[in-house]
Formats: sequence, structure tokens, C-alpha cells
Amino acid sequence: MIPSLPRPLWLRVATIVFVAAFLVFLFLPLVTVAAFAFNDAAYPAPPWQGFTLDWFTGDESKGRTGLFKDEELMGSILTSLLVAAWVTLLSVVVGTTNAFLMERMRFRGQGLLSLLMLVPLVIPGVILGISILAFASRVADLLGDIFGWEAEFLRPGLPLVVLGQVSYLIAISTLTISARLKRFDRTLEEAAYNLGASRPAVLATITLPYLRPAMIGSAAIVFLMSFENFNTTLMLVGADSPLTVMMYGRMRDGATPVLNAVSVFLMVASAAIALLLMRGDNGRR
Amino acid sequence: MVEASGTLTRRLLLWLLLAPALVWLLGLILLPHLDLALLSFRERTGPGEYAYSLAQYRTFFAEPLYWDVFVRTAVISLIATAITLLIAFPIAWTIAKLTRGRVSALLFAVCLIPFWVSETVRTLGWMILLRETGVLPGVLVSLGVTDAPVEMLYRDATILVGLVYTSLLFMVVPLYSSLESLDDSLIEAAYDLGGNGWTVLRTIVIPHAAPGITAGCIVVFMLTLGNYLTASLLGGKNSLWFTEQIYTQFITRFNWEQGAAFGFLLLLLSSLMVWIGLRLSGQKFSDVMSRT
Repeated sequence: MIPSLPRPLWLRVATIVFVAAFLVFLFLPLVTVAAFAFNDAAYPAPPWQGFTLDWFTGDESKGRTGLFKDEELMGSILTSLLVAAWVTLLSVVVGTTNAFLMERMRFRGQGLLSLLMLVPLVIPGVILGISILAFASRVADLLGDIFGWEAEFLRPGLPLVVLGQVSYLIAISTLTISARLKRFDRTLEEAAYNLGASRPAVLATITLPYLRPAMIGSAAIVFLMSFENFNTTLMLVGADSPLTVMMYGRMRDGATPVLNAVSVFLMVASAAIALLLMRGDNGRR
Repeated sequence: MVEASGTLTRRLLLWLLLAPALVWLLGLILLPHLDLALLSFRERTGPGEYAYSLAQYRTFFAEPLYWDVFVRTAVISLIATAITLLIAFPIAWTIAKLTRGRVSALLFAVCLIPFWVSETVRTLGWMILLRETGVLPGVLVSLGVTDAPVEMLYRDATILVGLVYTSLLFMVVPLYSSLESLDDSLIEAAYDLGGNGWTVLRTIVIPHAAPGITAGCIVVFMLTLGNYLTASLLGGKNSLWFTEQIYTQFITRFNWEQGAAFGFLLLLLSSLMVWIGLRLSGQKFSDVMSRT
């Protein structure tokens, strides 16, 4: 609080009311989704019919397919996890090489390159999706015409989804990891060289361990953003739907509370990742 | 020392580090968008035959539906950005200046929590809340405000609620970081010199927060313009959102040329707004992006 600020009573009350209303606005949809995952009714709508776990554990015997028995939904969670794992791996590796490229190297066109690296962040996801879709299929056609190859991985499907998501998530991992490398104290490396350490040894024992928190942090963020990505994924998806696309399809058709059950699962998983990250932060301080 | 290890190794290292960056930027960004531009400038003249033309863009301007949806999407996105700014500013101000220590950190964390959860989940929440058989229409009936449940989904106002909700985080964070760096003594000095709340806000706070405001507005506008999920679920089957037109052309009708032209127009609008935002606030692109 700025002590000497003139703050009349009505303003203080108004502030508290506004913040309270804001918090209700923020949490109302989440609380609603979570509550109706446990409602004993065929659709996620009031009135409250009593508590049940059917939408998690139910099977045919109850006439309700719970989350754990819904193979389509469980399959799409696995698909999302697979995609997110690849996207995270690629983004963190390329983000790290980019950080070294921008912070440790000097070359012509570097300014232009660093500007270009920000561009993916201001391109709408749908457009990233369609441009990669069109370009990949042109390349696939070319490969087919010239070499007679069937480049199946360039047709809509999970490899393209990975490429589409990576196209902008690398920008995020690059920013995070570069920011930490910029703050690195170069004398630490020089001391190691003076003591006779080789370049790979310095990288492995000094520089990379220093970058580790940024790499882990960006991995968590990229993983989450990949898991939740919808716009780019929708344009590139093939036969296997990741979770967000699957949920979207069902929401259009009016779904059972099994979607609320998935949502509760997602909330718990996100909270777990957030807590892990925060503990990591505190551990470093 | 790095410099002592010879120029050849150094050049090799440079190219090794350059390779992934170039594959990424050329292969996934530059070439695909160039290809998209080319695609939008051609027309199918026969089976497997194409000619360069402006037909796709002509269709856009000749068909009122496309043009209307484009303008509508832009206008709703602008309104959503403005509302988001108006809601987020007092919150960011409260976190940065009116609270201290634990309360401030807690409030900030609480504001971020909903955004760890997927947009799909949040939209599902709004659907359950707002649809005719949903929670809020029921509450309104039991409070005696309306006689029968009202359908609250599929209206423009609903799309706005959903878009503002999804965008709040991207506004609160840059606003908070720009307000936090504002020195309290400047505000106190302004009051000592006889300024009132309004003049202090206008001459001290807003100029200082300008980079954060720009960054937030640019990102929020871009995200709402490119939004698909919220607009199509809360807006219903005919929510007439431009990204839906792109999807329809590309995926449903398989008319890639037309879809590419639409995509390019959207990209143009989005880039134009980013540029205007930067010009108006006198910011540099790289500074703004590193804030978000």
C-alpha cells in the first residue's frame, strides 16, 4: 500500500468488491465443471441429483460409460501425451541451441534472425496450421512426383500436429532459455578453462547445469501448452484425435458428464505440474 | 578460451547451432507462409490445372457474407480487447500497488490458476452455466427475474464474455509487470504537487504502463482474432467467426485456394493491428514481445 495516498473509504470498499467479483468470475466456470462431474444425472445440468462417481468409474452394467471405461477418451489422452512429449523434446533442444546461437555467437544477420524468432508468436494459430498443412502436402506431392515416395508423415496426422505446435512453442522455449543464458557469469566458464577443463566438460558441468531450471521450466510450459493446444492442432489432425479436439467434437454434440470427469482430471494434472514448478522455484532460492 | 580454439571449429559450431534455427524458421514459418501466399493467388481452371489470378480475393470482396464476417470478427475482437483492458487494469493495479508481500503474491497466483486449465474446460464451464437448461437461467427463474429459462448461449454478448475470460491472463501479466516497476514516490510527488486521482492516472501511471498496455492489447487482440474454440462453441453453429470460415474452406470444402486467401487476410489484419499498436505507443517489437 502506498501510505500517503488519499484513499477514501468508498474507494477501498469498491476495490474489495471489484476484486471479489473478479475472483468469482474467474472461478465460477471451473467450479461448475468440477461440480457436475459428480452429479448423478445423464447431462451436466441442474438440478443436483446426488453424488456419484459413475462418470469416472461407471461401465456398461450401469448404462453409463465413465472416463476410465471410455476407450475413445482414454486413447485421446494418450495421443495428447505422446504429442506433448515429442513437442517438449524438440522445443527444449532447439530452444537451447537457439539460446547459444543468439547469446554466444556473433554473425551477420543476427538481428534479423532474433526478430524472426519472435514472429511465430504473433501469427494466429489457425494460420500456422493451414500454412504448414498446405506446405507439407506440397512437399509430399513433390516427393511423390520426383522419387515416387509416399511421404505419409506429411499428410494430416500426428507428425504434422507435432510440427505445427513446435513451430511457435520453440519461440517460447528460446525466449526463456536465452533469458537465463544472458544472465550467466562468463567468468565461471573461464575459470574452468584456466583450470584445464575441455570445452565439452565445461558445457556439461557448468553451463548446462546452470541452464537446467530454465530448461525444466520451459519444458513444463511447452508441455502444458502443447497438451492444451487447439487451433493449430485442429487444422493438422488426422485419424487420431488429441484430447482437446475430441472434447470439442463431443461438446458440439452435447455430451454426458464424462467430459466433466476428464476436466477434473485435467485440473488435477495442471495443479500438480504448477505445484512441482513452484517447489522447484523455491528450492532454487 | 573460446577464441583460442581456432576459426574452423568456431565456424563449424556456428553452423551446427544455426542449422536447427534455420530448419525451424525456414521450414515451418517462412516457406509455409510464402506457399500460402502463392496458393491464395491461384485459381483452378481445370482438373489439375491452375492459373495465377486474384479470383480468391475478388470472391472475398464480392460476397457480402465473407466481408461481413471479417469486419464482425475484427470489431468483436477490438471490443473484447478494450473490455479485457478495463477489467484487468484495476486488478493489476491492486496486485502491484495496493497490496504487499504475501497478499500480493497470493492474489497474483490465484489470478493465474484458471489459465493452467485448458480453454476447452473453461468453455465447457460457460456452456453449463449459460445454456437454457443451465445454471444461471435456472437461478434467474428462481430469483423471479425471468418467468421461463432464457437461452444465454449463442449471443454476441456470450462470445464476448468467453473471449474476455480467456484473455484476462494475457492482459494482467504484462500490466502487472509494467505497473510494478513504477516508483511509488512518483505517485506521491504528483499528489503532493496537487494532482488528483485522474491527472495522476493520465500523466504518470498510464505513460509508465504504456509498454505493458501495448503488449497486453496486442497479444489479446491477436488471440481473440485467431480464436476458434470459444467463438464457435459459445456462438453456436452460425457464430460467423472468421477462423470458422477458414476452417470451412480448408477442411470441409477442401477449397484450399479460397482458404489460403482468407488466412492471408486474417494474418494481414492481425499484423496491421500489431503495427498500429507499436506505432501508437512508440514501442519496439522485440521489447514488447519480451514482456509477454
